[in-house]
Amino acid sequence: MATLKLDVENPRELLEYVQRESGQPVEKCYQCGKCTAGCTVAFAFDLMPHQIMHMIRLGLREEILRAQSIWLCTTCVICTARCPQNIDVAAVMETLRILARRQKALPTGKARPVALFNRLFLDSIRKHGRLFELATMVLFNLKSGHLFREAETGWFMWRKGKLKLTPTRPRGTEEIERIFARLQEVEGEEDRR
Amino acid sequence: MKRIGVFVCWCGTNIGGVVDVPQVAKAASSFPGVVLATDYKYMCSEPGQELIVQAIREHRLTRVVVAACTPRLHENTFRKTLERAGLNPYLLEIANIREQCAWAHQKQPGRATEKAISLVRRAVAKASRLEPLFASTIPVTRKALVIGGGIAGMQAALDIADAGHQVILVEREPTIGGKMAMLDKTFPTLDCSACICTPKMVAVAQHPSITLYTYAEVEKVEGYVGNFEVTIRQKARSVDHTKCTGCGTCWEKCPTRVPSEFEQGLGTRKAIYVSFPQAVPNKPVIDRRHCRYFAAGKCRVCEKVCPTGAIDYQQGDQLIKEKVGAIVMATGYDLFEWEKVYGEYGYGRYPNVITSLQFERLINASGPTGGKILRPSDGKEPQSVVFVKCVGSRDPAKGKEYCSRICCMYTAKHAHQVLEKLPGARVYVFYMDVRTAGKAYEEFYLRTLQDGAHYIRGRVSKIYPEGDRLIVRGVDTLLGRQVEVGADLVVLATAVVPSRGAAELARLVGISCDQNDFYTEAHPKLRPVEANTAGIFLAGACQGPKDIPDTVAQASAAAAKVCALFSREEMAAEPTVAQVNQFLCYGCLECQKVCPYRAIEPVTVSENAAGKKIERTVASVNSGLCQGCGACTVACKPGAINLKGFSNEQVLAEVDALCL
Amino acid sequence: MRLAYYPGCSLETSAREYNHSVQLVGRLMGVEFHEIPDWSCCGASAGHTTSRLLALALAARNLALAEEMGLDVVAPCAACYQRLALARHELAANPSLWERVNGITGRPFNGTIRVKSIVEMLLSAGTEKIKSLVVRPLRGLKVAAYYGCLLVRPRAIQIDDAENPQVMEKILRAAGAEVVDWTHKTECCGASLAVSNEEVAIPIISRILKAALAAGANCIACACPLCHFNLDIRQAKAKRFLANYRPLPVLYLTQLLGLAMGQGERELGLEAHFVETRSILKMVG
Ligand SMILES: Cc1cc2nc3c(=O)[nH]c(=O)nc-3n(C[C@H](O)[C@H](O)[C@H](O)COP(=O)(O)OP(=O)(O)OC[C@H]3O[C@@H](n4cnc5c(N)ncnc54)[C@H](O)[C@@H]3O)c2cc1C
Ligand code: SF4
Ligand code: SF4
Ligand code: SF4
Ligand code: SF4
Ligand code: SF4
Repeated sequence: MATLKLDVENPRELLEYVQRESGQPVEKCYQCGKCTAGCTVAFAFDLMPHQIMHMIRLGLREEILRAQSIWLCTTCVICTARCPQNIDVAAVMETLRILARRQKALPTGKARPVALFNRLFLDSIRKHGRLFELATMVLFNLKSGHLFREAETGWFMWRKGKLKLTPTRPRGTEEIERIFARLQEVEGEEDRR
Repeated sequence: MKRIGVFVCWCGTNIGGVVDVPQVAKAASSFPGVVLATDYKYMCSEPGQELIVQAIREHRLTRVVVAACTPRLHENTFRKTLERAGLNPYLLEIANIREQCAWAHQKQPGRATEKAISLVRRAVAKASRLEPLFASTIPVTRKALVIGGGIAGMQAALDIADAGHQVILVEREPTIGGKMAMLDKTFPTLDCSACICTPKMVAVAQHPSITLYTYAEVEKVEGYVGNFEVTIRQKARSVDHTKCTGCGTCWEKCPTRVPSEFEQGLGTRKAIYVSFPQAVPNKPVIDRRHCRYFAAGKCRVCEKVCPTGAIDYQQGDQLIKEKVGAIVMATGYDLFEWEKVYGEYGYGRYPNVITSLQFERLINASGPTGGKILRPSDGKEPQSVVFVKCVGSRDPAKGKEYCSRICCMYTAKHAHQVLEKLPGARVYVFYMDVRTAGKAYEEFYLRTLQDGAHYIRGRVSKIYPEGDRLIVRGVDTLLGRQVEVGADLVVLATAVVPSRGAAELARLVGISCDQNDFYTEAHPKLRPVEANTAGIFLAGACQGPKDIPDTVAQASAAAAKVCALFSREEMAAEPTVAQVNQFLCYGCLECQKVCPYRAIEPVTVSENAAGKKIERTVASVNSGLCQGCGACTVACKPGAINLKGFSNEQVLAEVDALCL
Repeated sequence: MRLAYYPGCSLETSAREYNHSVQLVGRLMGVEFHEIPDWSCCGASAGHTTSRLLALALAARNLALAEEMGLDVVAPCAACYQRLALARHELAANPSLWERVNGITGRPFNGTIRVKSIVEMLLSAGTEKIKSLVVRPLRGLKVAAYYGCLLVRPRAIQIDDAENPQVMEKILRAAGAEVVDWTHKTECCGASLAVSNEEVAIPIISRILKAALAAGANCIACACPLCHFNLDIRQAKAKRFLANYRPLPVLYLTQLLGLAMGQGERELGLEAHFVETRSILKMVG
């Protein structure tokens, strides 16, 4: 493994950002590892939650934003519930995920389909106000390049009348669209700052 | 006119590195009454004190201001300095420019200097109004009370008694010995605990100067240093110990079995019982909560079988009053109740998840398994034993923030014992840090590593049964991986917490506790074995988690303090106590209500008013009890109470000096 | 009891049987549901993963709609429950954030209503009420009550203890079922990864199934369409990892209650499951 250079510029910047955005006292982390020990997905992580906490302190921004773990985290909150220092680790993971998206860090490996699915999901909500499962699944398969993924599942659901061909729409779709639009404005402004 | 000298200390760089000390001295020289203001590197050192003595003589100083560290640290030092120069020691005023200035404002040296000058101005204003005070003397009862009969209490009692004083030892369990009597071997020497503990228990029982009350509790403490009056409740044992020979027939025949406290629930005892075969006293008590006769009115088997007629169901609690001059607190510790909060470890539902103290009983030759390590669920020998450290310690979310200090070492001991007794067994220790600061402690830990114990750095997140084993899910932070171990037995190193009822006892005795309910020492460094109430001393784990060597050292230190107090028939009392001006007092007794030390009593005075003799109630301060807290002076509406050394006039002058 | 009803996206489609059973059992228990007319998606994990404000805004819009009806809202889907309840909690804790979110939705939420999970709704009627409605006690059923991660975490919105909750067990016992004490009832099933990274989700699912099988359960009860989808439909793939596999039907808590209250399997949608539920029906008789 490559040697990590610890003398990064502005070592406290990332820590301060994460503490502010997540409201969590990352500095209290004493590396007990209990978050990792109980984590649902740790077996598939490339960086463990406690390592991420440590790296935030050290200001290793690149390493963290490159990690697939922050996308694979299911927000099951087990880490949070058991952290002896009362740190909401899940909220920290989420803050990093949002930071990665805002900084347009490209998710790789297992993180790619997660990011793709999230995007399609939100697109569907933006368009229909509710999730249109069928279209989202088809789009996901198309874009992830696995055309017949979960074909049996789909077939089963179709048979049981669990898939609808058209979305049900609330009347307030313009309202939803407005929420998304306003949000883009607000966050765009924040990002420019 | 008062002639005041001001001495400003640099405290090396502690003060001098922030505050411009010469500037403070210069400013002070212009304050009213100041005839000399000077500075020195270390005022508390021998040359520093000599400087003060010389200055007092040379400049005929009548009041002294020292600007240095907190008065808690060196007020007494400098009072003695004044005394050496022939001044009344209470003509000293300290300005704290270290803790309350230099340390607090390290980032703003300019403003710190300004503040230091203000603090000195305040001290000078007060100094010019100081009056000489004279210590009175109070008699000392040379008899000590020790509360708690663990190794701390036994050691303190023996040391005091060996010095020739009477000791009363009160223990609430039926036997003395405390936790040490339950342990198997002790780190770092691995000598058998019983071999060093039981002889002490016997020595206590046989010492002619020690009066032992077991199965007893302290109910009331009145009085003050040198002159306490305590009430002890001897709980009904239901056995007349003057008749009982300890033959054991009764507990053999008693039909009621209950889980034994001494065996930590791993074994049973009878309703009439001695805690363990080497108990002192070795005579039984009846546990009325479980005894069939007391619960259902039927049985009386023990009465029938007792050859000496010692059983006495009618026996009631007895209250005993004793006068003592000093009290040693030695109430020890309990283990944190992990079952209540650690759901991820099963809330105590899995029989093979045990505590460290249960493990001590399991491995003890006189324990429930005769010293064989067998798991509680089915009595099988475990092949894989997992130890989990810091359970409830260093865990602000579920337990305590502090480190319990002893568990790293006893876990190393336990791991070693498993590897020794069960060749081929696997031992895993989950740890966050290994703390081995003690003589021969690190060596002991390294030996356990060499024995083959696997130390895994990381906390355990979950313990759950799978089949007849337990799965321990943790992390190895050194590998950066989640890990899992199958275990037959899991031992939790649960936190050391003050013994049940410690806080209530503190209130009753009149001392204070820290946020975790450990008893607070008068000064963490310089007065570690004294409580903040005069005449009360601390020994052992009741003051903070401690192993046996530290416990014994502290117990002996407390005993030495008691002996120093008992070295004279009378002792000097602090003169900074409240004083009632009985002419002004109109007897409302508001002061009595607020006094935390119960130092104020009403007295009747008779006086002549317009030729007639009238009687009137006024407040009066017992200067032995008064701790000089000043609460009464605030409560008194006519301003009839003054605290000597902190009179209303003096305090107002200080406020003026700071604010005007 | 009158409640605003927030079905959420999956109860309209993949979990329609959950919807039916909730409505049926609710009505039997005297609950009057008023579906929020214009409800929109709560954002689910895609929302809060993308932007905190977005997640809050999507949830707050629905809370505001329910508030306009003047009713507390029940969300049968555990994920929706968690989103809505958490949003309410976070807004209440942070007034300036609250104001911002109200500005974004354009539909001010004032915090006057509460969010209830299905379990709370059932329990608030009391177990005696449930018992009184049982006509076909679920005798012989050994149920593993599965909470997943959404009902008991985080602390601010948990309906019961996070490590060993008992509220579902209480309800199931009232319905005459036996409940098993098992070890994975609050572990996460990995549903949020199931679509994007199935190979990661399958071992997670199999751990849960393994624990339920080991505890001797003959079915799993859940209260979340995501958990259900994962444990039911993906059981076929998870069984590869299980040495002693036997089919483990996964039922919604309300389906089991409905059965106990004498409702028919068709109304309760028992046929809509991937893992056969007939074995359960036979046991209940
Ligand atoms: C599992 C384990 C293993 C250990 N192994 C070692 C070791 O190998 N080596 C080592 O050096 N240390 C060891 N220790 C630490 C050791 O137990 C303590 O250092 C020692 O027992 C402290 O003694 P103590 O007298 O202060 O407290 P305790 O032993 O707790 O004694 C206190 C006594 O006071 C009594 N008491 C409490 N409250 C009252 C009251 N209100 N009125 C009257 N009496 C009261 C109690 O009943 C008890 O008898 C171990 C501890 C544990 C938990
Ligand atoms: S559980 Fe908490 S304290 Fe421990 S490593 Fe994780 S974040 Fe740090
Ligand atoms: S919230 Fe994320 S990091 Fe925390 S335990 Fe769950 S999956 Fe792991
Ligand atoms: S003891 Fe106090 S006065 Fe003396 S040098 Fe140290 S800090 Fe200064
Ligand atoms: S039988 Fe009587 S004498 Fe013997 S131990 Fe019991 S009480 Fe004492
Ligand atoms: S002594 Fe060791 S095991 Fe005990 S609390 Fe401290 S670090 Fe943890």
